Amino acid sequence: MNDGLSTIEQQITSDYKYGFTSDFEADQAPKGLNEDIIRFISGKKNEPEWMLEWRLKAYRHWLKMEVPEWANIKYPPVDFQNIIYYSAPKQTKKLNSLDEIDPELRRTFEKLGISLDEQKRLSGVAVDAVIDSVSVATTFREQLGELGIIFCSMSEAIQEHPELIKKYIGSVVPMTDNFYSALNSAVFTDGSFCYIPKGVRCPMELSTYFRINAQNTGQFERTLIVAEEGSYVSYLEGCTAPMRDENQLHAAVVELIAMDHAEIKYSTVQNWYPGDKEGKGGIYNFVTKRGICAGVHSKISWTQVETGSAVTWKYPSCILKGDHSVGEFYSVAVTNHHQQADTGTKMIHLGKNTRSRIVSKGISAGVSHNSYRGLVSVAKNATNARNFSQCDSLLLGDRCGAHTFPYIEVKNNTAQVEHEATTSKIGEDQIFYCNQRGIDTETAVALIVNGFAKEVMNQLPMEFAVEAQKLLAITLEGSVG
Amino acid sequence: MLQIKDLHAGIEGKEILKGINLTIRPGEVHAIMGPNGSGKSTLASVLAGRSDYEVTGGSVDFLGKDLLELAPEARAGEGLFLAFQYPVEIPGLSTINFMKTAVNEVRKYRGQEVLDAAEFLKLMKEKMSLVNIDKNLLTRSLNEGFSGGEKKRNEVFQMAMLEPRLAILDETDSGLDIDAIRIAAAGVNAIRSKENATLVITHYQRLLDYIVPDFVHVLYNGRIVKSGGKELALELEETGYSFLKNEMNIA
Repeated sequence: MNDGLSTIEQQITSDYKYGFTSDFEADQAPKGLNEDIIRFISGKKNEPEWMLEWRLKAYRHWLKMEVPEWANIKYPPVDFQNIIYYSAPKQTKKLNSLDEIDPELRRTFEKLGISLDEQKRLSGVAVDAVIDSVSVATTFREQLGELGIIFCSMSEAIQEHPELIKKYIGSVVPMTDNFYSALNSAVFTDGSFCYIPKGVRCPMELSTYFRINAQNTGQFERTLIVAEEGSYVSYLEGCTAPMRDENQLHAAVVELIAMDHAEIKYSTVQNWYPGDKEGKGGIYNFVTKRGICAGVHSKISWTQVETGSAVTWKYPSCILKGDHSVGEFYSVAVTNHHQQADTGTKMIHLGKNTRSRIVSKGISAGVSHNSYRGLVSVAKNATNARNFSQCDSLLLGDRCGAHTFPYIEVKNNTAQVEHEATTSKIGEDQIFYCNQRGIDTETAVALIVNGFAKEVMNQLPMEFAVEAQKLLAITLEGSVG
Repeated sequence: MLQIKDLHAGIEGKEILKGINLTIRPGEVHAIMGPNGSGKSTLASVLAGRSDYEVTGGSVDFLGKDLLELAPEARAGEGLFLAFQYPVEIPGLSTINFMKTAVNEVRKYRGQEVLDAAEFLKLMKEKMSLVNIDKNLLTRSLNEGFSGGEKKRNEVFQMAMLEPRLAILDETDSGLDIDAIRIAAAGVNAIRSKENATLVITHYQRLLDYIVPDFVHVLYNGRIVKSGGKELALELEETGYSFLKNEMNIA
C-alpha cells in the first residue's frame, strides 16, 4: 500500500549513481596557493609570459577580495590553502588517436556511459573530454577545421591561437569581476576554446564532458566561445563527478561573445556529486558564466539543467549590447537532500530594441533549498527593451524551501518588463491518479517533474534531452510531496 | 469477480462505510445511488486504494485476490479502473505520454510485452475512434484547461486504453450537460463486454438512461439499504431520497 507522505519521505533516498573513482597516476602541485604555484601551473603548461603575468595580476587582485556572502546558501568556509590547484593525468606523449588513451581513463568514460568510441561513432557530436584539468582527447577536429572552426582545449589555444586568447580572455568576465572569477583567472588549468568564423554555421553540437577526479583537486575551467558575424554554434557542457567525502571546489568561468547576427546556444547538464543524504561531501559549484551580444541582431541562449553539487552559485548572464539583440535563459534546478542552489540570471539591456526571456523552474525535495535570483536591468539608452520572466517552483515534501529574488532596474520608460512566479506542490492527488493508472510512485514523480520542466527541456539539443530527463528522474528517485 | 464482505472504512477516525456487502459478476453493470454523504465516493476510493482512507473491517476479493492487500498500481494492473469524479491536472504531461507509460506499466504487471511507439499509436487510434475523442485533446497537458465534458471523456478514453476488468465510474455525470453525458455513456457502452463489469456511482438517475444497469443499490449512511433492478432507479427519481430516511426510521 502507498501510505502517502511517509512513503514519499522514505523514498527520498536515492544514491548518487555515478559514485566511483578511478586510479591513475596524477602529476600534481603541492597543496596551497601562492605565486610559485601559479608559476608552476603556467610552467607546466608551457605558457607564454603574458599569460603568466595575467594570472599573477589576477592573483594579486584576488588577495584583496572577500568571499561573497550575499547568496542564500550556507557552507563552512573554504580553506583555499588546503586545495591542490594542479593535477594532470599522466601522459607521456601526445596522443594521435583515442586508442592511445590510458585504459583506466577509458574505463572511467565507459562507466559514465560516454565511451569515446561510442562518442566518435555517434554522428554529430564532437567531444573534448576534460579529466582533472587537462584535455585528453579531442575528436572531430579535422572535420571542424575544414570549416575554419577552432575547437580545442584552452591550453592548446594559448599555444596555437595566442592572438585570439589575448584579445578575448577576460573581455566579458574581467579578472576582477568577482572573488571566484579572480581565483579562476589566476589558477585555471584548462577548459575549452571555440571559435566560429564569419558566416559559418557549426554543423554539429560541440560538447565537453568535465569530470573532477584526483582527490582534493579544485577544478578551475575556463571556456571561451567566440562567434563571428553571422555564425551559429550550439555548445553542450555536461558533467558527472565521483563520490567524495571532502568538499571540492569548482569555480569555472565561461565567456561567450556573439558578433553581428551571430547566435550562441549554450546548454549545460550539471550533475556534480551532491553529497550524501546527511549533506556530507559534495561539490561546491561557484561559476561565473556570462555572454555578450556584442553585435546587432545577435543572440545568446543559456539552457541549464542543474541536478548536482552540494552548493550551486551560478548566474549565466547576457549583456545585450548590440541593438536588436536577444538573450534567453532557460533553467531547471533540482535540489534534494541537503543541496543548496542559488541560481538565476542577469539580463543587462544596453542596446535598443533588445529582448530577453527568462524561464526558471526550481524543484526542491528533501531538506534542500532552491533560490532563483535574477536581475533585469534596462539602461538609460536601451529604448524599447522587452523582458519576460517566469519563475516556477515545485516542492516535493514539506521540509524543503523555494525562494525567489527578482531584481528589476529600469532607467528607460519605454521598457516593458514582466515577471510571473508560481509555487506548487506535487499533490497526493496527482500521485494517486497515476497510481490508479498502474504507474508506481517513483515513475509518477518522474512524469510530473518532467512535465513541470518541459518548457526548459524542450530547449535542449535533442541528443541530450533524453539524458537530462533520465537525470531528473534519477536525482529525485522516489521523492514526492 | 468482485466480492465485498462487511466492509468498514473511514477517514481520520470517522467511520463512513459501515458494513458494505456487494457481489459483482462478469458482464454485469451495477449502479450505486444515494444522497450526498452516504459514502459513495468513499467506496470508490477504498476500492482503488486511496491511502487517506483506513479500512477497519471486512474483506474485498477481486478475481481471487485480496484487493485490500494490493498497492493502488497493482490493483490497476489486476484490472481495476477508477474514472475519477475530479480528474487531476498534470501540467506539461500530455495524455498520450501519460497513457503510453500507464499502458506499458500495466502490461509489464500482466507479464505482457511493452508496446513500442508504433504499436501504441495503433492502439490509441483504435480506442480514440471507439470513444470518439479528438487527438488534439490528447496532445494537450493532461486535463489542464479541459472543460468538464472533456475531462470525463478523457477518463473514458483512458479506460478504453487500459481495458479493465472492473471499471468504477465515480459520478461521471457530475457537472455535465445532457449531451456530454450521452457522449461519455456511449464510450462506456462501447467497451462493455461479457468479461468485464461496471460499477456506476451516481447521485442522479439520468446517467442510467444511457448506461443501463442490471442492478441498482441504494447506499445510505454507509450501508446498502436497498437493492433492485433498474426500475429502482426510476423509483428513486420520482420519490427522491427522503423516503429512505422515513423507511429507515420506521425500521
